Amino acid sequence: MSSWDRFTDTFFNAKVMAKYWPDILYGVGVTVELAVLIVVSGLLAGLALALIRALAIRPLNWLIIFIVDLFRSLPPLVIIVLIYFGLPAADISPSGFVSTWLSLALVLMAFAEEIFWAGITSIPKGQWEAARSTGLGFGQTLTNVILPQALRLTIPPLTNRTIAITKGTALGTVVAVSEILGMASSAMSNSYNPSPLMMGAAAYLVLFLPVVVAGRWIEKKFAWKR
Amino acid sequence: MIVSAKGIHKHFGHLHVLKGVDLEVAERELVFVIGPSGSGKSTLLRCLNRLEQPSAGSVTVDGIDMLAPATDINHARQRIGMVFQSFNLYPHMTALGNVALALRKVAGKSRAEADALGLAALERVGLADRATHRPLELSGGQQQRVAIARAIALEPRVMLFDEPTSALDPELVGSVLAVMRSLRESGMTMIVVSHEMAFARNAADRVVFMDDGLILEQGPPAAIFENPAHERTRAFIGQIQRH
Ligand SMILES: Nc1ncnc2c1ncn2[C@@H]1O[C@H](COP(=O)(O)OP(=O)(O)OP(=O)(O)O)[C@@H](O)[C@H]1O
Ligand SMILES: [Mg+2]
Repeated sequence: MSSWDRFTDTFFNAKVMAKYWPDILYGVGVTVELAVLIVVSGLLAGLALALIRALAIRPLNWLIIFIVDLFRSLPPLVIIVLIYFGLPAADISPSGFVSTWLSLALVLMAFAEEIFWAGITSIPKGQWEAARSTGLGFGQTLTNVILPQALRLTIPPLTNRTIAITKGTALGTVVAVSEILGMASSAMSNSYNPSPLMMGAAAYLVLFLPVVVAGRWIEKKFAWKR
Repeated sequence: MIVSAKGIHKHFGHLHVLKGVDLEVAERELVFVIGPSGSGKSTLLRCLNRLEQPSAGSVTVDGIDMLAPATDINHARQRIGMVFQSFNLYPHMTALGNVALALRKVAGKSRAEADALGLAALERVGLADRATHRPLELSGGQQQRVAIARAIALEPRVMLFDEPTSALDPELVGSVLAVMRSLRESGMTMIVVSHEMAFARNAADRVVFMDDGLILEQGPPAAIFENPAHERTRAFIGQIQRH
């Protein structure tokens, strides 16, 4: 056996791959489902927090800042483990899937809130004053004047952060979520062969490369000179 | 009196910026407000439409008590147009979008009505042909005229101008002053903070000199400019005329 053959036989073993690709595909499904849930709920919750913060109610803002700083400083894995193993103590037993979703959504929420907030505060005060002077209310000014400008500025950092956090779905393996990495590593230990891991890597590429490229495109499109 | 402000005080923390200002403006009057930087001119204007909440005093505009808690401030503000030194146009909207926004959201017009009224307002400032341009595609003078159109589209009873030409290159000042003059000729009540002396001289009914949070003196332009009663007024006028 040439060393090349040995290499392909180890890492791209056709028999192993044929046997385990349905498992990997299942993992892809779970990862996509998890990612979509995290992105949608994390971004919505982050935007909601930023909007509440714009109301400038002191105690509420302190609470928001505390929550946001907390979830930005804890490693996501720690949050997942705390929710999965800690919540049952409070008689709530979330599945690994739910624990991972909740944890990463909270982390994305925290980062998204900061990004949305930075966008909102970067809009000059004169925009508020002009709109309010024509009789627009606080909410009308926010939705018609401030947010359309603020969201534009947030798209590049938001895209990056979203991609980074979504890749964290791989952490779900720790709490037995059958996402790509989890399926790949159990297939690897069953077959004594790393080929499933290669399939997993390929699956991540297929999933995330288009998102990364789209992110780059969106960044260009919304880069905005003022 | 269409505008009546009495005993206006304004504190910013420890800073006492307005120290009991009384200002009455009659319908169709053009009042010019001058004074050194920091004397409280902008703050006074902003108290009139409650962009700033006065610490004490009363403000009535067109019969509405602007400071009463029961007053629908957003409704009342439709009657008071405001133009800012830095234009403050919405950069993500076209000129027409800027003008039509409050017509739709505050005055409750349909999109078609709002566009028609907005276009008419742009026509009045000579910019109907720029309706689809974004602010960044317009010169400073054109931007300020769009900002004027945005305010007058709501058919206000009073217009407030806070240094409307100070941010403009000298060659663009004339176009904005021309719009303000035609507005005056149409009978608009105007309160103008500005250092455009020539404009004040031949368009203003009254010049108000503010110093250190108080109105020090006021009168017809000729009287204030040629024959001020106070030394501080004289010094200030001498100073800006040298520029
Ligand atoms: N929001 C604010 N918070 C704190 N201080 C303020 C605020 N707005 C204005 N001031 C202060 O109030 C004083 C009066 O300001 P104002 O802008 O009314 O003066 P002005 O006469 O318009 O001056 P200028 O000619 O420079 O525009 C200044 O000392 C200013 O620093
Ligand atoms: Mg000022």
